[in-house]
This record gives sequence, structure tokens and C-alpha cells, in this order.
Amino acid sequence: MMNRNGNTYTFLYAAIMVILVAAVLASVSMALQPRQKRNFEIDKKKNILASVNIESDATNAEKIYADKILNEYVVNVNGEQVDGDAFNTDLKKERAKDASEMVLPIFEFQTDEGLKYVLPLRGAGLWGPVWGFVALNEDMSTIYGANFDHEGETPGLGAEISTAAFESAFVGKQIFDASGKLVSILVAKIGQVAPEEHKVDGISGGTITSKGLEKMLLDDFTSYQEFLKKKKQ
Amino acid sequence: MSEPLFSKKNLKLLSDPMNNSNPITVQVLGICSALAVTAQLKPSIVMAISVTAVLALANVIISLLRNTIPNRIRIIVQLVVIAALVILVDQVLKAYVFDVSRQLSVFVGLIITNCIIMGRLEAFALGNRPWQSFLDGIGNSAGYGVILIIVGFFRELFGSGTLFGYKVIPESWYIANGGFYENNGLMVLSPMALIVVGIIIWVQRSKNRKLIEN
Repeated sequence: MMNRNGNTYTFLYAAIMVILVAAVLASVSMALQPRQKRNFEIDKKKNILASVNIESDATNAEKIYADKILNEYVVNVNGEQVDGDAFNTDLKKERAKDASEMVLPIFEFQTDEGLKYVLPLRGAGLWGPVWGFVALNEDMSTIYGANFDHEGETPGLGAEISTAAFESAFVGKQIFDASGKLVSILVAKIGQVAPEEHKVDGISGGTITSKGLEKMLLDDFTSYQEFLKKKKQ
Repeated sequence: MSEPLFSKKNLKLLSDPMNNSNPITVQVLGICSALAVTAQLKPSIVMAISVTAVLALANVIISLLRNTIPNRIRIIVQLVVIAALVILVDQVLKAYVFDVSRQLSVFVGLIITNCIIMGRLEAFALGNRPWQSFLDGIGNSAGYGVILIIVGFFRELFGSGTLFGYKVIPESWYIANGGFYENNGLMVLSPMALIVVGIIIWVQRSKNRKLIEN
């Protein structure tokens, strides 16, 4: 038996351990990747459906999505339709691009209450990214439904953005004011004065996440602005 | 040599961390995660379960390896074992129970950095056999979990007026509806977790006098 406190043993032990652990983690990750990817897609479809107020679960999300979706396409910041795969567009990558090259996905749904346009959004919370889907009515200003999610916001505080209670507050709010100017939605602190139709209550103890969400809404609606204005006419 | 699985000594491994050597209130470990996840009851319970699984497994693995681990890099070995376990569990959850893994997202990092886990590996698993280490893992994570759940209960009840997300305080009590009651916003903020833990320590020490230091 080698000397357990010798350098050779220590180095060998560390090397073998690291290689073993790396091999196990890598193979598990490779083996599970297809399943995980499918789960992510189902989850995305579920979230898009939730933004147009259609309930679904992991087992039926794909079927309902295929039934209800009318059209999906990407537009550029000038609101012109361009080539691209809307569902697989990675907003993180698009955001990093120059505005002239950025493409923005749009999903159109025919619901019982008319045609809805779903806009995917992405921004930064406190600990990591936050994202969501906002469905607009045909007037391109009234929010029909919203669904938000996050990577690692604090449970009970920032993570509350993905609860139905918070999301339902967006329903019926306006992102354009009467003069047609984009104002987005203010995620307000208690007592903050703002027009009721442009404001939802923020989350106590989740101020940075609330502000991050507010910035995401403003930034991304601004990118979509030209498209929204064109559609409205 | 062969000792019954649940001998008095072994049972003490389970019961001691609940009171005399509670990881949070006596050893004051794992405070950071106790503070981060206890704004509501449900994440507190999820965290308690996750830590139980990881601590029991890590304790057993380190105990099995204890005679091979080089002394000078033992902390690194412990960390690798913990991190690998947590990532493994997270990967499997992502593939098979996606909803649960979405819930756990933030906990994953918090479990790896939980000082209780490393504390137990260092203080117990390195010097004891696997079965005892397993019991010690269960006992300590239960002691940790109990405090988490108590803190989570009070913070959610007084901070949001709910338990598990369900309203418990009648709507008509609220000032907004003409009543006399208002949720305490401070309860959902982190400082209140420490204050609640402090109150628990106070209550515990007044009942268990041998914990009081001179």
C-alpha cells in the first residue's frame, strides 16, 4: 500500500477521482439530453399556451399547441416579416446581436375570443434570466394574458413572478397610451402613482426581480414596437 | 462486534441533532439557506427533503471512501462528491420529472454550498462506518429541516397570510376590507428569518439549560 499522505498518492487519487466523476457526469448528461430537450420544448409550448389562457399539462401540451396555433413567424425590428424558425429562435442570442440583424418571433393563436398575438420576452432578474410570453389582443395594446418564468429567483420573493396571482394582474392592461405612445407596464411599489391601465403591483421583497421584469417589458416591447404599430393600422 | 442496526447509540445519532446538537440552532450552520428559502412553507419543505437526500448519500459515500482519501485533499474530495451528487440528481429530475426540477432550480446551488453537509462529512463520515454515517445524515438533515419548516411556517403565515399558498387569514380581517389586520411585510424579508431563528434558539435554551454557555 502506498503512503496515503505522500504526494504521488494524493495526485493519483485526485486525478482518478476527477476523471471518474467527469466521465459519470458527462455520460449521464449525454444520455439524458434528448429527454431534457423534449421536456424544455413541451414546457415552452405549455408556457406559450398559458399566455393565451389555455391550460395544458406535460402530456397534452404538444397536441393542444398544434391544434391552436394559427401561424408563427419572425420579424425584424422594422416590423417586416423575415425568414426564420420562430419556435427555435433563441432570444438570448438575438438580444446579443445588432438591432439591424435581430429577429423577433411572433406566434398567432385563434382563441374563442379572437386572434391573439404572443410575443416572447427575455430579460434579467436578480440571480439570472427571466423570460415570458405576453399575448396581445388585435388592438396590439391590450394584454390578453401573460406567463413569466425565471431560472433561479428566490422562492417566495422574486420567484413569485411565475405565479398565477402575479400574471393575472397583467390581463386587460394597456402597453400603448391613448396618444399611441409606447409606455409598457410599470411594475410598481405600493403607493407608487401611475395610471391604473399601465401598472401592476410589484412583489414585496422581490424589488430587483420586479424592476428586471419591468425593464424586460419595456425593452422588448420597444423592439416589437414597429411590428405592433404596423399591425394596428 | 455486530451491533444491532438500531442500537441505543445509533438512535442517538438520529435524535441528537433534533435538540442537543441541532445544526442550525446549536451549531449555527446552514444559516444562509435557512434565510433564503423560508419566505414560504413549500420551498422550505422541498429544501428539507433535498438536503436529506444529498446529505445521507454523501455521508455514505464519504464513509465508504474514508480509508482511501488522502488527508491533505479531503475537503476537495468531499466537495466533488457533494457537487457531483447534486448535479446528478438535478439531471435525472430534469429528464424524468421536469416540473419538480423547475421547482428545485435555485436550491441546487444552495445545497452544494450548505455548510451542514460538509460539516457532517468532515466531522462524522470521515471517521465512522457507512450505516452510522447514513443515520447521522438523516438525523442532521431532519434537525435542519424542522427548523426550516418552523421558520417557513411563521414567515408565510405572518408575512403573506397564507400557508402553502392558501389564504388562512380571513379576507374580512384586512384593513383594506374594513378589518383590523395587515400582513407584516418585514416577515418576507431575510432579516426576519434570522430573528425567527433567534427566537427558536431562545425558546430551546430556556427549556434545555445545558446548552447555555457561561
